[in-house]
Parts: sequence; C-alpha cells; structure tokens
Amino acid sequence: MRDYVVIFVSAMLVQNFTLVLFLGLCAFFGVTSKVSVAVRLGLADTFVLVMTSVVVSILNRWVVGHVPYLRTIAFIVVIASMVQVTEMAIKKWSPVLFRELGIYLPLITTNCAILALAIFQTNRGYGFLEGLTYSVGAGLGLILALTLMASIRERLDLADVPSVARGIAIVLIISGALSLAFMGFAGMLSA
Amino acid sequence: MHEHGSAPTAPAAPAAPAVPASLVGPPPVTAMQDFTKGFWKENPVFVAMLGLCPTMAVTNSVMNALAMGLATTFVLLGSGVFVSIFRKLIPNEVRISTYVIIIAAFVQVVDMVLQAFVPLTHAALGAFIALIVVNCIVLARQEMFTAKNTVWRSALDGVGMGIGFTLACVMMGSLREVLGSGSWFGLRVMPANFEPWVIMNLPPGGFLTFGFILLAMAWWAERRKRRTALAVSGAGTVPRGSAAALGEAA
Repeated sequence: MRDYVVIFVSAMLVQNFTLVLFLGLCAFFGVTSKVSVAVRLGLADTFVLVMTSVVVSILNRWVVGHVPYLRTIAFIVVIASMVQVTEMAIKKWSPVLFRELGIYLPLITTNCAILALAIFQTNRGYGFLEGLTYSVGAGLGLILALTLMASIRERLDLADVPSVARGIAIVLIISGALSLAFMGFAGMLSA
Repeated sequence: MHEHGSAPTAPAAPAAPAVPASLVGPPPVTAMQDFTKGFWKENPVFVAMLGLCPTMAVTNSVMNALAMGLATTFVLLGSGVFVSIFRKLIPNEVRISTYVIIIAAFVQVVDMVLQAFVPLTHAALGAFIALIVVNCIVLARQEMFTAKNTVWRSALDGVGMGIGFTLACVMMGSLREVLGSGSWFGLRVMPANFEPWVIMNLPPGGFLTFGFILLAMAWWAERRKRRTALAVSGAGTVPRGSAAALGEAA
C-alpha cells in the first residue's frame, strides 16, 4: 500500500510533470489564460493519461517485449487513437467544451506528458495497478499546475506589467517561481 | 508565420531566366533563404515558441543541449525528406497520423544510434530522445512546409530549422552551464572563487533563463522601434544602422 502512496505523491508533487519535468509546456502556456478552460483541459489530459496507462500496461505485457524497437511507434499510435476517442466523446457530450479547447484537444497527441508517462511507466517496470496510480497522480499534478498558472494569469491581467515583459516573458518568470516552490517538495519522499 | 507555399512557379523559375525573377509576382524564395530562415528570423524556439519542453529540460549542460539539437536536426531532415517524397500519396484525412509514424521511425533510429555510440549522453537525455516524436517543431514543419514543397527545399528547411533549434538549445545550455556550474563544455571558465548558482541547473533555472532571454529580445525590439521612430521624426542625429531598421519596418 505504501508503495502506491509513494508513486502517487511522487507523480503529483515531487516530480510534477509540468513544473519539475518540463512536460506538456505547450498547453501550460497556451490554455492557461482562463481557470475554467485550464481545469477542463487538465481533466481531458488526465482521462487520456489513464487510458494510455491501461493500454500501455497491456502492450508491455504481451507485445512490446518481443519487438522493443517498435516501442515508440506502438506507443504513439495508441496515444493518437486515445486522443481521437476522447475528442469524439467530448464532441458528443459537450460541444461547448469542444469549442473552448479548440486546437489544444487534438494537440493532446503531441503533449509530451502523455508519451512520457508511457515511457516512464515502462522504464520503471510498473504493473497495471502501479501504472494506474502513477497516471492518476500525474493527471492531478497537471490539473494542479494548470489551475495555479491560470489563477495567477487571471490576476496578472489587472497588474501593471512593464511593457517589455508583457506576454509570454512574464509567464515564464512566474513559472520559474512556481517551479522553485515545487522544488520544496523534493525532500518529502526518498523514493 | 508567412509561408511561401503560394509560389507554385518556384520549381519552374530556372527555366525562364530572361525575366528577372524580382519583377514577377512575390519575391522568389532562394534556396539560401529556405536554409537560413530558421537560424534566427523564424527561429522555431524563440520566434515560433515551439518545442519548449526539450529546450528547457535538457539544457543544463552544453553537451546535452548540442546532442539534443543534432538528434532533432537529423529527425527533421529525415522525416522532412520522407514526407516530401510521399506528399502526393498521403491522404489528407490521415496525414497527421502518417507524419507521426514517419517521425517515430526516425526517432527510433536516433535513439538506437545514440545508445550504441554515446551511451552516457543517451542516459543523460533519458526519455527526451524518444520525446522528439512529440516535439511540435518536427510536426509543424511537416504540416507547414514539407507537405507542400519539393524534396530539396524540404531538406534545406529541415536542416535550417534544426540548426535554429540547436542554436537555441546551445544558447540556453551555455548560459545555464556557465552560471550553474562555472564551466562551458566541461571546461572551467569562471574564476575559482565563483560560487555556482545551483538554481540554474535545477528545473526553475530553465524557466528563468528562457524568460530572461525573451525579456532581452523584447527590450532589443523596443529599443530598435524607438530609434526608428526617432529617425523618422527627424529629431536628433540619425543612429547608425537605422536605414536597415527602416527598411524592415516598411
């Protein structure tokens, strides 16, 4: 049981995908101007992460072990299909959300967080349940980072930012500060 | 982002040397421009803001940054040439998946070559080698350039963009290694009593370095705009190089 807690907390905070491992930065900078949209993209990301983790467990057990050189290709094809499924589901259930996420929804395919999860899970030899815990933790970590950033940027709209720093530069500096804050979690676990 | 895809006459241009190309339609894009535009003017990282993840994640030393840049350049060249060769055969509806599979194949090649020849660097870059598959620069070049252009131009574009990406990585890597470890390419460059800024080697250093580079670029652009405005209004002496600045503004 303790193992699962360690995996979960480590994926969510200590090794936060966005702020510590630099994964999924396009979405992090691209869709964090409104909290509501950021949270929903985080949820879509999490859904894809969990589905990918399940399929990768299956692939690792029965397929990729025999053809290691097909690993990257197999993973990316799985991820592309997962994103396609998610896209169709969201379009059916919530056309409004589908419009709000726009180009960033199909771009989840090229969100490096997803492929990285598949690779890390394989490299660390996680089984089905460990992988599931890992993917949920990573997903919550993404939601946390996206929400934090979006909240700060909503405040930033009203702030008096020097003209040279307007736009993406100030966002990067703030990310640096946030990342610094997440370094504080590093001592939490020794795993 | 401007594209030159609207110049279908480009391949036929050499056949009609009688009329100076500069007199017909939009200015032609020379092979040299295809090659060099990625270096700075359309730099994939600093101007187009693509491929940020590897630019920040693996640039804590110059060696890693260079290896990452070269690996990505190879993938850009290989996949660009392949996509360009098959651009008329790939159905429009499944083009993205097709590109991704072509890219993944080249990434697998790079992964195995690096593992065989430079295992230490391969270990340092870790998952980020495989993650070249999802580097937006590579996919964006296929979608925006190679799918519409000849093999030769696609190859030039791929290598040019790759060099631009490598430059950006090495620039980040140099700043971070010099300040974070007091060395460059492993050689000590700072005085012995220099206290390394450990933060530069840690994740926050990546965000901060990139942020400060963007700040410097914005400051430079503003300064040039101010000078141009000054030159136009005729107030004060005309600063050096303002004619060029004017030409670009026009």
